[in-house]
Amino acid sequence: MAGIVGYGAHLPRHRIKVEEIAKVWGADAPSYKKGLMLREKSVPPPDMDTITLSVEAARRALIRAQNVDPKDIGAIYIGSESHPYAVKPSGTTVAEAIGATPDIHCADFEFACKAGSEAMFVALSHIDSGAMPYALAIAGDTSQGAPSDALEFSAAAGAAAFIMGKENLIAECLYTHSWMNDVPDFWRREHEFYPQHAGRFTGEPAYFRTTMGASEAILKKAGMKPSDFKYAIFHQPNGKFPQRVSRMLGFTQEQIDPGWLAPRLGNTYSGASPIGLTATLDVSEPGDLIFMCSYGSGAGSDAFVWKVTERINEVRDLTIRTHKLLDENLTYVDYGTYAKFRRKIKKNY
Amino acid sequence: MRDVCCVGVGMSKWGEVWERSLRQLFVDAATAAIKDSGVDHLDSLHVGCMSGGMFIGQEHIGALCADYLGMRGLPATHVESACASGGIAVRQGYIEVAAGVADIVMAAGVEKMTDCSGDDATAALAGAADKEYEVFHGATFPGLYAMMAHAHMHKYGTTPEMLATVSSKNHENGSMNPVAQYPFKVSVDQVLSSVMIADPLHILDCSPITDGASAIILTTEEIAKKLGKPYTKITGSGLATDAIQLADRTDLASIPSAALALERALKMAGKKLSDIDFAELHDCFTIAEIIIMEEIGLYERGKAGPAVLAGETRLDGKFPINTSGGLKAKGHPVGATGVAQMVELHKQLLGLAENGRQLKTSPKVGMAQNMGGTGASSAVHIMEVA
Repeated sequence: MAGIVGYGAHLPRHRIKVEEIAKVWGADAPSYKKGLMLREKSVPPPDMDTITLSVEAARRALIRAQNVDPKDIGAIYIGSESHPYAVKPSGTTVAEAIGATPDIHCADFEFACKAGSEAMFVALSHIDSGAMPYALAIAGDTSQGAPSDALEFSAAAGAAAFIMGKENLIAECLYTHSWMNDVPDFWRREHEFYPQHAGRFTGEPAYFRTTMGASEAILKKAGMKPSDFKYAIFHQPNGKFPQRVSRMLGFTQEQIDPGWLAPRLGNTYSGASPIGLTATLDVSEPGDLIFMCSYGSGAGSDAFVWKVTERINEVRDLTIRTHKLLDENLTYVDYGTYAKFRRKIKKNY
Repeated sequence: MRDVCCVGVGMSKWGEVWERSLRQLFVDAATAAIKDSGVDHLDSLHVGCMSGGMFIGQEHIGALCADYLGMRGLPATHVESACASGGIAVRQGYIEVAAGVADIVMAAGVEKMTDCSGDDATAALAGAADKEYEVFHGATFPGLYAMMAHAHMHKYGTTPEMLATVSSKNHENGSMNPVAQYPFKVSVDQVLSSVMIADPLHILDCSPITDGASAIILTTEEIAKKLGKPYTKITGSGLATDAIQLADRTDLASIPSAALALERALKMAGKKLSDIDFAELHDCFTIAEIIIMEEIGLYERGKAGPAVLAGETRLDGKFPINTSGGLKAKGHPVGATGVAQMVELHKQLLGLAENGRQLKTSPKVGMAQNMGGTGASSAVHIMEVA
């Protein structure tokens, strides 16, 4: 079976607090903090985009993969809804930066917040088919929310990278399942800068229905139940949704805790559940089963069942842990700095 | 005039009903009412709906509803008077039966409000205010009722706790109503610490936007008797209008159309206020319930708030108000609200109210007051045990 040979994450060090955004727009900070369980979010500085985040995460994945030659990576897939270019792949730059060119297949993926797990899904398929020894899947975003929109309180930045292979696995992928239905809950049309969303409709008939659909299907396929797993990770557009859906399925707070990053990180869109997986792998032990379910508006979910191997003990601390990126060396910015970083200030030239 | 009896009631699911469209919600309520009544046909249909056009782009509601009820050919009328649309659909049905124009009439209400954004819903609702003199200048309903609340507080010393107690009481009643959108209790402290919408109104002082439908079957006493099941009677129907613009009222802390409509309904019923045992009042905002309690003469000006604090309008109080949960907890699909108030009166009078909210006092006479805008229209009905 295919699985993860190396993994890594990268997050910006800058943060903005919910109160700081609420202050500018006259919004009610407690309702975001309590209602959506959001405290602060990551902010990418001006020199950081999905490509640079992806490079950092991929380099860490290569470190944990130990003896993988980048030239043996047969495919690079980056899932994001904030690819810096509308036309021109992110993957070419990242592949060059890690020395994986030129004999490599490349594609950028897009499916709202599940583009990253799509990349993982397809990379695993290549390995299972025997087409290549390694495939690199990256999930990353510098997501945008319109000023004053509810999304502005959560739209954050971060990336996770996974080198998939067949030998020397850190975590074996035991099952995958994709579940999809056409739901117009969140979208951005061509030439629009910010996504639009259908308010509360994004919850019950979209996120919850789809996440439940994929999760129940993979549990059935695997013949497993929530209590069989040590950990679980769900897409996290805010702190509340993953907590609620995990309870609906029968998972506990302890199971989701390591990968439940949204209250402090915000919503890293395509990166959300993949970064959660890196944080969970960081604390897992050989033999642990990990449940993962992404969600992308539109709407679909990719679910995975991972089984951690002995190799985790060897590679876990070869590079920085995700929680260290989340907790340490932080710089808090005010709204003005954030507006500058995110190019929200018109300069008229 | 013939006596008018209510022989059946029905409601759809209320709330954010993503999976049902306007026509489906209507059919759910209408078929439930028909089944409840046992009638085998309808002679006429009146459907209250405030703004199918703005909420979902659908007009021609009367024909739509008759068609999807499987009754093409049925005389069907769409009734609109903003949030009083449902109450006036009841009145139109009442008039038709009383006048001998039709024998079996359905009065229904429906609204599909959650298919559009919150901003669009607010804009649609604002159509109940004065577009030129209020809405163009930025007024919304929470803002207008907040001004009324401030006027009432300034004049009579009404407090935020009194407003919050209205919400808490209605949620307690709504927690026992199986169709309520928010069937749970909230404490006074929760109301007071909820998000401020328009000072002094917190979000838990405001009724929600809701998808839902309700329907009642009205007929003659002769037919009601033949159907062989317990029924109620509508004995009074009053309708009144007022200045559409709040600024044109003489007193911001009053809603004269409610008093005028009640006076007319009481006169028709040959009753006085003291004959009435309980009421459904239009609590679109908590301050509205307090003002209407005073307006209809139940309490002197300035005394309704303290009476709410004293629990006099709770289920076990001396004059229970909004046993259904009111607009606050049951939900407020604007066109359906006035009809749903009659559903609750009917259930209470026949001893059919669910889950422990049935009044223990065997009430004989109830009233429903349904209102459009800030009170530019009010419909009041008196319902009695037959």
